[in-house]
Amino acid sequence: MTDHYDVVVAGGGYVGASLALALKRADPRLTVAVVDPTPPGGGADTRASAIAAAARRLLERLGVWAEIAPHAQPIVDMIVTDSRLGDAVRPVFLTFDGTLDTGEPFAHMVPNGVMVAALLAAAGAAGVDLRLPERVVGFETCPAATTVRLGGGAVLTTGLLVAADGVRSRLRDLAGIRALRWDYGQSGIVATIGHERPHGGRAEEHFLPAGPFAVLPLADDAEGHHRSSLVWTERSDAADRLVAGDSFTFGLELERRFGRHLGPIAALTRPRAFPLGLTLARDFVRPRFALVGDAAHGIHPIAGQGLNIGFRDVAALAEVVVEARRLGLDPGGLDVLARYERWRRFDAVEMGIVTDVLNRLFSNDLGPIRVARDIGLGLVDRLGGLKRRFIREAAGIGGATPRLLRGEAI
Amino acid sequence: MSDPHARGTVDAAEIRNFEAMADDWWDPAGRMAPLHRLNPTRLAYLKREICRAFGRDVDDSLALAGLRILDIGCGGGLVTLPLARLGADMVGVDAGAANIAAARAQAERMGVTADWRADTAEALAAAHETFDVVVAMEIVEHVADLPLFLREIAKMVRPGGLLVLATLNRTLKSFALAIVGAEYVLRWLPPGTHTWSKFVTPKELNRAVEATGLAVLDACGMVFDPLAGTWSLKAGDLDVNYLMVAERPAAA
Repeated sequence: MTDHYDVVVAGGGYVGASLALALKRADPRLTVAVVDPTPPGGGADTRASAIAAAARRLLERLGVWAEIAPHAQPIVDMIVTDSRLGDAVRPVFLTFDGTLDTGEPFAHMVPNGVMVAALLAAAGAAGVDLRLPERVVGFETCPAATTVRLGGGAVLTTGLLVAADGVRSRLRDLAGIRALRWDYGQSGIVATIGHERPHGGRAEEHFLPAGPFAVLPLADDAEGHHRSSLVWTERSDAADRLVAGDSFTFGLELERRFGRHLGPIAALTRPRAFPLGLTLARDFVRPRFALVGDAAHGIHPIAGQGLNIGFRDVAALAEVVVEARRLGLDPGGLDVLARYERWRRFDAVEMGIVTDVLNRLFSNDLGPIRVARDIGLGLVDRLGGLKRRFIREAAGIGGATPRLLRGEAI
Repeated sequence: MSDPHARGTVDAAEIRNFEAMADDWWDPAGRMAPLHRLNPTRLAYLKREICRAFGRDVDDSLALAGLRILDIGCGGGLVTLPLARLGADMVGVDAGAANIAAARAQAERMGVTADWRADTAEALAAAHETFDVVVAMEIVEHVADLPLFLREIAKMVRPGGLLVLATLNRTLKSFALAIVGAEYVLRWLPPGTHTWSKFVTPKELNRAVEATGLAVLDACGMVFDPLAGTWSLKAGDLDVNYLMVAERPAAA
C-alpha cells in the first residue's frame, strides 16, 4: 500500500512549509505532504531573516503573521556607509526612512526558528501531512505519477514533487538538473549579538573592504536584552579563523568594525561561517518536478534577498498549481510547470546578477571604484523617485507580482 | 479455443500502442502543442460559463460535480479529462476509434473516470441521450451540414442546459493567421487541416444556433500573444478564434 499525494514537498524549511501551507489554504482538497529529515521541533537555526513587506503580506495571508509578529522587529531606519576599516568617521551615503508609501515598514527582522515553527504548525493544522523526520532517497517519474522512496522504506506516489531542499539540493542532482556555481571565496559570519543600548529599529550596512558588514535589529529577548543580528562578510580563510578562535578576539574584531555607539557588544550565540556563492539551476522544472527557493537559485546575501526571492517562488508556484487544478489540468504537467519557470527565472537571474555585481563592486578597496560607487549611492540618496523604487524593489513590490505577495488570496 | 495467454499478449501490445498514441496527444511540446497552448483558455471559458449557468463556485476544484457533460469530437480527451477532474460525469464521443482508444488509455493511467464512445454525435442523439452541457470544441468548422449538425446536438441539451461551441471566424485575418500562419508558416498544423470557406462567422453561427430553439447567451474571442506564447479571452475580438454559449430555456 503506497500513499498518494497531489504534491510532495521535499524540505520543511520556510520555503517548503510555506508552499505546502499556501497550496492547502487555496485548495483544501489538495493532498500535500512535507518530507524533511529534521525531527519535529528540532533544528537549531539561530539565524534571523529580513522579511520584506511583500513576504510579510504572504505570511499574513497564510495566517501565520500574528504568531510571528511578537518576535519580529520592524526596520524603521536604514543606514548604508562605505568605509575603510580604520576610518574614524564613516561618511553616510544612503539613508532610508524605512517605510513604504502605505506606511508599513519595508522590512521586519524575524528569527528563522520562530517563522519555520509557525509555518509547519499551521501547515499541520491545515491538513498537510508532515512526514518528519524522513528523507527522500530516490524517485522515478513515469507519465502518470512520480514514485518517491523514503529512507525509512516507505514509498509514496505523487503528481508533483517539489525540491525545497536548499542550495546543495540533492533532489536537483537526482533529477539530473545541472547548476551553475560561482564561489566568492568569501564567507558570511552569522551570530546574534547583544548590546547595552537599544538599536531603535535601525539597520546598518557598512561596505568594508572584505565585503558587506550588516547589523540588523532584532526584537528584545524575554529578559529585555537588546539584540541585533550580525552578517559579516570576510575572506573564507579569515572567517574560519575568526569563528574557530576565542571569543575575546572575536569580540575585539567585532567592535573594531561596528564601533561602540550601542555600548559594549558581545556575541550571544556561537558565530558560524557560511561560504558564499551564487548558484543557479539550469532548469527550474522537469515533468512532475520543480525547484523552489535556494534549490533553484542561491544568491549572495548582500541585498538580503535570498529569502524574499524564495517566497516569490512559493507564491508563483502555488498560484500556477492552484490555477491548473481549478481548470482540471494536471499540475505536474510540463506545460503548467513551464509557466512557473518563465515567471520566476528572469527574476532569479536578474537578482543573482545584481547582487553579484554589487558584491564585486563593494568587496574591494580600489580608489576609483570607491569614488564611483560613492557617487552612485549619493545620487540614489538625492533622487527621491529612484530611492522609492529602490525601496519598493527591496520590499519585493513591483513587476508581475503573484497574488499572495500582494496580500491577496490565490 | 483461443489461448488466454496469447490473447493477453495481444491486449498488452495493443494497450502499449494506445498509450503511445496517448503520449502523442498529451505531449505539451509535441504534435498537439497548439491545442495544449489553447486548452487553459477554452477550459477557463467553459468553467466560467457552466458555473454561471448552474450557480457553482468558479474557484472550486470540484465545481462541476453532478453535471452530465458531452464532449463531441473529444480526440485524445484534452477537454474531457479536465472536465472529469472538475467532477463532471463525462461522456467523450469521437468517430475515430483510435482517438477514443488513446483517450481511454490516458484516462485510465491518470485515474480519471469517463464514458468513452467511438461513435457519432448523431448516434447519441438518436439514442435520446441528454446532457446538462454539450460541448463541441473546434468541430463546427469541419462538419458538412452545419444547420443539421446543430439541430442534432441541440436535441441533447436538457432544459436549462448549455451548448458551448468553439470555432474559427471567416475573416481575412483568420485566413492569414489560421491557414497561412498556423499551417504553412509556423507548421503548427498539417497543411489542409482547415478549409477557410467552411469557417463560420459569429452571425451565421448565432442564427443557426437560435434556429434550434436555443438562446445564445454570450460570444467571446480568444487571442494569441505570440511574444508570451499564450492565449487569452478577449470579449470584443471575435475576428479569429471564438467561443459561443447558448442555453435551452428551462421548461415553463
